[in-house]
Amino acid sequence: MTDHTSNTATDNVAAHGGQGPRRGNLFARFVGATELDTRLLGMVGALALIWVGFHVYGELANGFGAFLTPRNLWNLTVQTSSIGIMACGMVLVIITRNIDLSVGSILGFCAIIMGVVQVNILPQYLGLGHPLIWIIAILCGLAIGTAIGAFHGALIAYGRIPAFIVTLGGLLVWRGAAFLVARGETISPVDPTFSLLGGGPYGSIGAVGSWIVGIIGCVAVIGLIAFGRRQRVRFHFPLRPIWAEAVLAALGCAVVIGAVQLVNAYYWPSGIVRRYAEAEGITVPEGGLEISHGFAIPVLILLAVAIVMSVVMRMTRFGRYVYAIGGNPEAAELAGINSRMMTVKIFAIMGFLAGLSAVVASARLNSATNALGELDELFVIAAAVIGGTSLAGGIGTIYGAILGALVMQSLQTGMVLVGFDAAMQRVVVGGVLVLAVWLDILYRRRSK
Amino acid sequence: MAQTQTARQAGGTPLVELRDISIAFGGVQAVDAVSLDLYPGEVVGLLGHNGAGKSTLIKILSGAYKKDSGEILINGERVEIDSPADARRHNIETIYQTLALADNLDAASNLFLGRELTTPLGFVDDAKMEAETRKILAKLNPNFRKFSEPVSALSGGQRQSVAIARAVYFNAKILIMDEPTAALGVHETKMVADLIHELKAQGLGIFLISHDTREMMELCDRVSVMKNGQMIGTERVEDVTEDDILSMIIMGKNPKREPVPA
Ligand SMILES: Nc1ncnc2c1ncn2[C@@H]1O[C@H](COP(=O)(O)OP(=O)(O)OP(=O)(O)O)[C@@H](O)[C@H]1O
Ligand SMILES: [Mg+2]
Repeated sequence: MTDHTSNTATDNVAAHGGQGPRRGNLFARFVGATELDTRLLGMVGALALIWVGFHVYGELANGFGAFLTPRNLWNLTVQTSSIGIMACGMVLVIITRNIDLSVGSILGFCAIIMGVVQVNILPQYLGLGHPLIWIIAILCGLAIGTAIGAFHGALIAYGRIPAFIVTLGGLLVWRGAAFLVARGETISPVDPTFSLLGGGPYGSIGAVGSWIVGIIGCVAVIGLIAFGRRQRVRFHFPLRPIWAEAVLAALGCAVVIGAVQLVNAYYWPSGIVRRYAEAEGITVPEGGLEISHGFAIPVLILLAVAIVMSVVMRMTRFGRYVYAIGGNPEAAELAGINSRMMTVKIFAIMGFLAGLSAVVASARLNSATNALGELDELFVIAAAVIGGTSLAGGIGTIYGAILGALVMQSLQTGMVLVGFDAAMQRVVVGGVLVLAVWLDILYRRRSK
Repeated sequence: MAQTQTARQAGGTPLVELRDISIAFGGVQAVDAVSLDLYPGEVVGLLGHNGAGKSTLIKILSGAYKKDSGEILINGERVEIDSPADARRHNIETIYQTLALADNLDAASNLFLGRELTTPLGFVDDAKMEAETRKILAKLNPNFRKFSEPVSALSGGQRQSVAIARAVYFNAKILIMDEPTAALGVHETKMVADLIHELKAQGLGIFLISHDTREMMELCDRVSVMKNGQMIGTERVEDVTEDDILSMIIMGKNPKREPVPA
């Protein structure tokens, strides 16, 4: 067995065109054997640099490094969810050589509709606080987002209007429509159950729940690695050496467990603990009650979207066709793929995810405002592109887009923490976007 | 070969019959009332200068273009081919001149594009597809190794091998090969020639497009020459010399049928 695997490790390297492992150092050998994506490693490195950079800067400039604290990192995950959810859809749009400039406005419109439905309409018929209210409101938001997206897609695919124009129109139309529906008023407060979907102490699943999620995560990591290995054995493909599989499994589990410990290390604020204790009739002990937040619900929603979309992209025909259309639209047509229908579906998914983001964003704000989601289209596109989605089409991954969203949000949060003003924030974010794409182009040229 | 000629001479039904096919792009009459037939176990070559309309004609049969007029018969029955999927349903497989590969996908994904093998749960079965791809490519191009890389990383000939593999994998009855050996080395070209003989023996009908007149004389049973969208003539290879064909291509006249006026 050992013999066999060490043999195939070199095969493998040859098959993947990896240079280095033979002559290379330890790191190159590690990357070669584990088949880890160097791009992914680069992004994780950049993220670490941003985090440590802001922390150290805060320590030096303000005497307090606020970035690498459970509180800040927990908030960072919650703030990333809305952009991250939409970035998962934007990847598909950009891979197929389109663009969607309207996602922020769709988000705003869906949020207003859901606000009106749950605050102004449903309570009249069902009574305030009826348990169906939040469900119906969400279904309305998701349905409208999907319908708008499908409509855009149909104009692009069957009307042959460029996506840039259709969605630029959509950017204006849906923002304006949101204003017309609510006459510019802010709609609040939203249904109490609905607001849990935005996170916060009550909108998180606590320590035990988070450990359960963590254990499921670890099992999934190990299961995926084992399944992949079994497939390779079944078809006599080159195998990764056992130690590389073990390292991958350990790394994956460490990340999951680390995340659980992090979110569990952030405790409820004492004010909320006091109110909670009063309501539940518990006496708060001397040193105070430590109640962990655990994973916030919007983060779990992002996680679910990411998993589903990754499965769709990597394991279904639909995902395969998305890549094929991006790689060579003519070849896709000749292979019998209905690329117009695909475009409609892709934009419908994008619209659905914008609707889902609207749920998260308005729940987090506990209200629906007309300005919700403004400029989000730029952040979402930036997240996808920083995450390695190629504007030329054909290339992009879901995990990359989420890492991209995390990079964007880390910059934003970090700059607020160290006290940059809004003008400075824009300068930096814009600069980073261009820099990231330039680095990406250099990377691709070198790896060719 | 003798068998196929009897099939044709005995007045059997052709596998494919194209009747008065026409198509225009804007003002250009790319194919002008062209008729052509193909019998089982037969190789029919299409020759003609650049822009003569060869690719356009076969793309009508493969469902890539919709004809303006004319009709297509398969096994004697009129069929409508409105899309590449229709053509595939009639067991027509095509190697396009442009190869029609998605550059960002690997060989297996390209080979099975639109016809992915799936697991019982409905997910694409990448491992199985790669295994099948390894099998078929081992026959066509034994030196082929780059199975997990996108086809953009392959050489022109390797890409062509993938396109050929795709056309022959799915048990075609009618095979269209638009300059299949243009990028191939001597050895690989020989393998394609062997493949054509083998498929012919299995009873497939093959349309072959090439600019290499000598190669066509060796591989084909009949050759057709097109010029400016029109069919100049179709001749059995035993009845003509290479020079006859060349003059048909260049002059646009069939020396056999239109004797030079004395
Ligand atoms: N999609 C298209 N749009 C417009 N014109 C086209 C299109 N496809 C082909 N044509 C025109 O139709 C004519 C025939 O082209 P075709 O590709 O069939 O030539 P061909 O005989 O295959 O030439 P070659 O030997 O160079 O491959 C040319 O004049 C070409 O410009
Ligand atoms: Mg051609």
